[in-house]
Amino acid sequence: MDTTTYIKEQFEQLQSADSGSGLSAKRQDAFAAFSTMGIPTTRHEEWKYTRIGGFFNKSFEIGASKQIDIDAYRLPGHEVANELVFVNGQYAQDLSTIRSAELNVVALEDALTNEYAEIVNKHFNHSAQYLKDGINALNTAFVTKGAVFIAVKRGKIVSHPVYIYNITDGQVLALPRTLVHLGENAQIQIVETFANVGNAESLTNQVMEIVVERDAILDYVKIQNEHAQASQVSTTHIRQTGKSLANAVTISLNGAIVRNNTNVVMEDAYCEAHLYGLYYPKGNTLIDNHTVVDNAQPNCYSNELYKGMLDENGTGVFNGKIFVRQPAQKTNAFQSNKNVLLSDTASVNTKPQLEIFADDVKCSHGCTVGKLDEEGLFYLQSRGVPERTAKAMLLHGFAGDVIEKIKIGVIREYVDGLVSERLGYEA
Amino acid sequence: MLKIDNLQAGIEGRKILKGISLDIKPGEVHAIMGPNGSGKSTLASVLAGRKDYEVLGGSVEFLGKDLLDLEPEERAGEGLFLGFQYPVEIPGLSTTNFIKTAVNEVRKYRGEEPLDAVKFLKLMKEKMALMNIDQSLLSRSLNEGFSGGEKKRNEIFQMAMLEPKLAILDETDSGLDIDAIRVVSNGVNKLRNKDNAVLLITHYQRLLDYIVPDFVHVLYKGRIVKSGPKELAYELEEKGYDFIKNEIDAAELADQVAEINK
Repeated sequence: MDTTTYIKEQFEQLQSADSGSGLSAKRQDAFAAFSTMGIPTTRHEEWKYTRIGGFFNKSFEIGASKQIDIDAYRLPGHEVANELVFVNGQYAQDLSTIRSAELNVVALEDALTNEYAEIVNKHFNHSAQYLKDGINALNTAFVTKGAVFIAVKRGKIVSHPVYIYNITDGQVLALPRTLVHLGENAQIQIVETFANVGNAESLTNQVMEIVVERDAILDYVKIQNEHAQASQVSTTHIRQTGKSLANAVTISLNGAIVRNNTNVVMEDAYCEAHLYGLYYPKGNTLIDNHTVVDNAQPNCYSNELYKGMLDENGTGVFNGKIFVRQPAQKTNAFQSNKNVLLSDTASVNTKPQLEIFADDVKCSHGCTVGKLDEEGLFYLQSRGVPERTAKAMLLHGFAGDVIEKIKIGVIREYVDGLVSERLGYEA
Repeated sequence: MLKIDNLQAGIEGRKILKGISLDIKPGEVHAIMGPNGSGKSTLASVLAGRKDYEVLGGSVEFLGKDLLDLEPEERAGEGLFLGFQYPVEIPGLSTTNFIKTAVNEVRKYRGEEPLDAVKFLKLMKEKMALMNIDQSLLSRSLNEGFSGGEKKRNEIFQMAMLEPKLAILDETDSGLDIDAIRVVSNGVNKLRNKDNAVLLITHYQRLLDYIVPDFVHVLYKGRIVKSGPKELAYELEEKGYDFIKNEIDAAELADQVAEINK
């Protein structure tokens, strides 16, 4: 059976099994969009360097929940964290732990009919306005009971960080879906990670939409370090509906294809957002970061720093879009992308894209692609440090700019450890 | 300790050092002076093992070993130290961590046990007092945003931590005001003893008021054209490099004329 037929069949089964939940119509629309747009090829402007179609030529299962042992995948500090576990894209309540009373986690399906209905209807699938491709639509077409709505009510601060695990088991297409709503003046820290049971080829096509209301603060960290057969398209769509603060740090290390869509939509004046990224592909890993910062109202501030270290046959892609709409006067939007090529066969494609319709703004962008600083290397060697260690020290310093932005201490140390290990560096 | 014999070296196919010979013994301070472009920094770079320089002839023996055969880090392990003219800024690498790695790598090279955190801190405190250097400087990224004086002080502090046998100080005085020169020189003087040696590379005599050399050598067009006691530096300061240049250029010209006449 070819892929399109398989996906269609799975979709029809899903629809016929659904006795009129609120999700059914949303899925139907998304499936129509998916059928029209299809899996993006490299002819799609936003997928020029990233060929995701390969996975769909193989046989796979659209993820169903399985019983797994979560212990092996837990992040440090989990003893004092909320843990939400998704297995093959489905929320696994029995593996998850909610410690904070301020954290409300409900099935998205239920949220459509309870007190949250208005919020969900208003914000669910807002990302589709920015991601016009079949991949995003495919996730929405399969939104099921395993999709989650997370709410933090007005004025509440979630007392423990929220660790989210996206785990695949088997040759699967996993489609995790989450909508997070931070009420006015609420705060949350989210750390999201991806892992695999076994070594099967898999694709996680994940969408997380986060709504940040007035005076709320979002701290978001994503850690991507899967095995070399696992791919992912990970969308983090942040919608700042009121003057608020959003911080996002994306650490991408291992995997087959790692594609991130990180969007920040600023819909009110005086919003602030900081986006940081570190990507370090080795082997044949491809890491693609597409970011969008959309300034719709005046006086917003955004700062974006993405750094890449590309080794062996690793490939990097950075595409940073900044929109400044006509009313968004006094916008401050900054973007910087820095890359170090560590081998002759590594490569990176970097493209800033600024579309500015207001006339009183401060915007800047810059990108660099270079080799490791020879002068710095010699300096360290001349002090007795062997070349290998000296290289690792320089790169560790290069990466440090991004790693230090992670606010949770144990997670920062954990990431530092992962990067150091990949560098072969002992501090 | 260091025996340079007819050293010739260059960069990108251009010969800069055209036969340098120099003998440095333990306890001695040598100064190499010379006009811009005479090859002073090239000499320092070649001795420390900078990759883009090419050795074209001659030999350098350091404590009985063929120095030119060693990697830069091995030279440091053997006890050679280069104080950089322009210390490199390394973002994200804390000065303390860097020095700890350097000290322990050098110890490893010498077959000694690495210093644990306690011993390392003790050593660092001791040398900080000696160098009058502040803790806050050491917790910052290596040289990043340091003033010229801070960078040079940090160089000498590293030297104090590594305790080299031979320190080559490349234009350590350049860009420093008189107070900073005094601080840096004091540091160097405190580290001097009968077993180690210093090779000062400088454009100006001023530094030599503070670190008094046993020998002064004048480098010009890639050769040592004059050597003498410390008084030679005063002569250079007074007359400028022109008197040497004129002397050498005249001699060269005479040689060329003789060559043609032959």
